[in-house]
Amino acid sequence: METLAALLYLVASVCFVMALRGLSSPETSRQGNIYGMVGMTIAILTTLALPIVQSYWMIVLGIAIGGGIGYVIAKKIEMTALPQLVAAFHSLVGLAAVFVALAAFYSPAAYGIGVPGAIAKGSLVEMALGTAIGAITFTGSIVAFAKLQGLVSGKPLVFPFQHHLNAGLGVLTILLILWLVQSNASVAMWLIVIVALALGFLLILPIGGADMPVVISMLNSYSGWAAAGIGFTLQNNLLIITGALVGSSGAILSYIMCKGMNRSIFNVILGGFGGEGAAAAAGGGGERGTVKAGSPEDAAYIMKNAQSVIIVPGYGMAVAQAQHALREMADHLKKEGVEVKYAIHPVAGRMPGHMNVLLAEANVPYDEVFELEDVNRDFGTADVAFVIGANDVTNPAAKTDPQSPIYGMPILDVEKAKTVFFIKRSMASGYAGVENELFFRPNTMMLFGDAKKVTEEVVKSMEA
Amino acid sequence: MDQTQLTARLAELKANLAALSQQADALAAQVATQVPAVPAEAAGHGSFFITGLTVFVLACFVGYYVVWRVTPALHSPLMAVTNAVSSVIIVGALIAAGPAGFGFSKVMGFLAVILASVNIFGGFLVTQRMLSMFKKKGQ
Repeated sequence: METLAALLYLVASVCFVMALRGLSSPETSRQGNIYGMVGMTIAILTTLALPIVQSYWMIVLGIAIGGGIGYVIAKKIEMTALPQLVAAFHSLVGLAAVFVALAAFYSPAAYGIGVPGAIAKGSLVEMALGTAIGAITFTGSIVAFAKLQGLVSGKPLVFPFQHHLNAGLGVLTILLILWLVQSNASVAMWLIVIVALALGFLLILPIGGADMPVVISMLNSYSGWAAAGIGFTLQNNLLIITGALVGSSGAILSYIMCKGMNRSIFNVILGGFGGEGAAAAAGGGGERGTVKAGSPEDAAYIMKNAQSVIIVPGYGMAVAQAQHALREMADHLKKEGVEVKYAIHPVAGRMPGHMNVLLAEANVPYDEVFELEDVNRDFGTADVAFVIGANDVTNPAAKTDPQSPIYGMPILDVEKAKTVFFIKRSMASGYAGVENELFFRPNTMMLFGDAKKVTEEVVKSMEA
Repeated sequence: MDQTQLTARLAELKANLAALSQQADALAAQVATQVPAVPAEAAGHGSFFITGLTVFVLACFVGYYVVWRVTPALHSPLMAVTNAVSSVIIVGALIAAGPAGFGFSKVMGFLAVILASVNIFGGFLVTQRMLSMFKKKGQ
């Protein structure tokens, strides 16, 4: 039985690898997701068939409750709320890991790792690590969720000695783990849970809203490592493999996001970016030109007579839910024979790939949507760059001004297009608190207003 | 971008993918060979640690290569699906909730089963919803 179970777990692991591999292209992705579901089903059924599982009513009830909630949420959720949904889901994995570790701590015999009070030392270390990472994931994800949902301010929350406190709590966790291994005391276990919960909360608090793509990726990674840690405790290869897959996936995404901002992961984690300091630095900006504000009619006229238009969406588009209006505009342009492309910056939005999903939701074909490195050359030959709700990712200061906080960040070269439109609500600077000199260039036209309303007006004047 | 360039790039990408999938398969095979060794040695914890570590490190490499092949356009679905997949922690929860009788561990197991189930159903469904929206021109 044990050999059979191990083999079935292996099949499930392979299914999970296939699920990730499917995502290498949109065509294979749906099949990949089915692999994922099959793998999960195999994993659950195999576990239920293990001799240790004897009473089923609680399990069935639990799956029915949880599954029902999950089903309703997944069906009802708006695509714009995706980042906070993912954050919320991460928190659940974290908490589940804590619960499983506690269960193992109080009934070690069920997992074959000893008897209460005399658990193998190695198992205790793994258990404690899994618990700590799980607890950090839990509270960290809740803070991320609250920031993304707008329940708390997206601004970085900083206070004196913050990093000292976090470092202290980190050291304390390690000491508690040592104590737990020495004593097998349940007090130590509970203290680890409490300290790690506090640590997760404090770690994410100072990180600002626009750094959330990194935070979500990082928490994604953590939830994987927590699962792997529990896998070691339970001596279960499936959990270890899956945890490692998820952990490395999240780590890679964090790396890609950090590279997209030219910042180190430490810089992001330490937080405070885009807070008071940066804003003050930007306030002293030098000479300003005049800003040319245009009307939607002007924009419609210019774009209709263009050869090619590149649309650059940002978080502002997501907030205003402007993706459907935007696609309508693109349809009109295509009817006029204008070539339309979309250019996506890696950190546009609040989670990796956020813009792609929103555009897909509005029925934009994915072969019209391009990543930064594939589209950047095309701005030189484009007639119009239509920037909707993006700012920092187009700021040439990233290339020219070594003093700027965003210096070195890869940007979309919208300034090379003949005309640049910016749809913005006001002249306020972006997240990084940096003035965008593009606003003052003669070939830039500002379209002030809500992204959705302005785009709808552009569409209206195109129809006229 | 003109058609020939595109096809050339596509061919190049395909070749890359094939090479990587071979690597991934080889690694998966290595992982596979480690597994049957487990039940025999699982009795002693120390021996499992090394086996587990081997599996862990190799799986990290598999994850590394597979995830780098994921197209950036699908990074959101990647996140949602890894989230669903990491709920495989339900395996541990089932073992905790499974034994006859009643106790603290069983309650913990029950709660963990609920949480993980939310994630499993929610995660896979939301991924499917996202993926079903990605369409090609004219589709």
